[in-house]
Amino acid sequence: MAKGKRDIVDILKAMDRRVIFLLIALSVIIPLVFHLVFSVRTSPIVQAIFDKMESLPPGSKVLVSFDYGPSTAPENQPMAEAIARHALQRDLKLYFMAVWATGPPQTELLIADVINADFPKKAYGKDWINLGFKAGNQGLINAILLDLKSMYTTDVHGAPINSFEMMKDVQNLTDMALIVCIGSGFPGVREWVQFAGDPGDIPVAGGVTAVEAPLLYPYYPRQLLGLLGGLQGAAEYEAALVKAYPQFKGRANSEQAVQLMGPQTVAHLVIIAFVIVGNVAFFAERRRLARAKKA
Amino acid sequence: MKVQVPLVITFIVGFALIAAIFVPHDPFHAMDQNFSIYFDLIAVFAFILGGGNLLKIHGNKIWKRGRDWKYSIVTVVGFLMMMIVGTFKLGGPPGLTGDVAADGSWFKFMYDSIFVPLQSTMFSLLAFFVASASYRAFRAKTKEATILLIAAFIILIGRTPLGHYLTAWLPQPLQFLHIPNLSNWILSFPSMAGQRAIMIGIALGIISTSLKLILGIERSYLGGEGK
Repeated sequence: MAKGKRDIVDILKAMDRRVIFLLIALSVIIPLVFHLVFSVRTSPIVQAIFDKMESLPPGSKVLVSFDYGPSTAPENQPMAEAIARHALQRDLKLYFMAVWATGPPQTELLIADVINADFPKKAYGKDWINLGFKAGNQGLINAILLDLKSMYTTDVHGAPINSFEMMKDVQNLTDMALIVCIGSGFPGVREWVQFAGDPGDIPVAGGVTAVEAPLLYPYYPRQLLGLLGGLQGAAEYEAALVKAYPQFKGRANSEQAVQLMGPQTVAHLVIIAFVIVGNVAFFAERRRLARAKKA
Repeated sequence: MKVQVPLVITFIVGFALIAAIFVPHDPFHAMDQNFSIYFDLIAVFAFILGGGNLLKIHGNKIWKRGRDWKYSIVTVVGFLMMMIVGTFKLGGPPGLTGDVAADGSWFKFMYDSIFVPLQSTMFSLLAFFVASASYRAFRAKTKEATILLIAAFIILIGRTPLGHYLTAWLPQPLQFLHIPNLSNWILSFPSMAGQRAIMIGIALGIISTSLKLILGIERSYLGGEGK
């Protein structure tokens, strides 16, 4: 190559990262605008949670812990809403709580999007209850494993805990048929398994971000009965829910993760393309240098 | 005395809680229950300590005009605003037991309008930086790096519906090459094996450190070097 002239390898090596940022943005925006949707199949690790929920008789108690915040809500919120939708459809009793301070606003979002929108006849205190956030991380989980009412003397609104019908026969976590932790860090699914599921012999299911999911595979399937990993996990659960209960198909928020799999797929392909192009440029540069050395 | 008393407390409480795991009867059962509540009470005080520490560090920076002291003003003002608005429940139901995040409260407004968009934005930036880092850093320079890259490609495609479409046509004997199956295999076997090894190593380290703390061999928490 003549001095001063740049070839494709030089251009690729020196590519401004703003070009990469722009391509990533387009890879998310274009599928969203054109409603690119793929059908999703449920994997065994997600199906296990679905089957467990299906096997619980009506009236069973399910605790859902909101251990995430707005930063991971795009991955975690669809999981929580799909689980809640399923539980309410099966007339299970839902107990909401949070070990993260940012959990309660996510609970409020779920209440608005799922309970008020799809299940307005479900009664607070009889079919579902919001216990709110308490500080203490794994110490809180350890405490409520033995005595829930010693920590939660009121619900999130300040009403005495024993004034609710669905709290009368709940003493501690061992009264729960299933614990579902939707989390994105510490404390999260691991702490629920270590301090509640394992010592209390309570089935625990988890929903976590895609980054955290591989860290929890060692607990599956004995200590963790199933795991929703990232947006894909949420989409798989929604797909299973819509397949079993077709009345949810086409509703505003019941397939939000499935809708978002289009942009995620395209973004993943773009990242793969970047890695391949980067390696092509790297090896081309290496060969050029080797030739220059020989010459 | 300043050293002995905390050591004795650590020793007694540490062994009592270990015994409580193995002995479900009173007094250990009651101790386990009560100590969990005490832990939560102390955790609440940790919030106060954390807040005080934040004000001290940033206050110091502002006073001494340290590096980036103007950002410290933003930190302190934001912290104090949320604390005052939340403590006095401005705009919401008054009193100590009123809901701090009730509809219409200033706390909820600030949380929804400032905190949520900021936190969502910060996390969203990761996608762009991951893409940029992938382009610049993921190089198949060695055999191990090549295996890592191939595994990354399989997982990237396997964690989307595209993985199923690309290899759904494979006949039954070759189903193990179906991308979702390969992706699950990577997560369930090599990745899990590595994670398990790391977790067991960490757990053994925690046991060792905890025993050193309980027995008073490790005294760094007292503020001095262990003897």
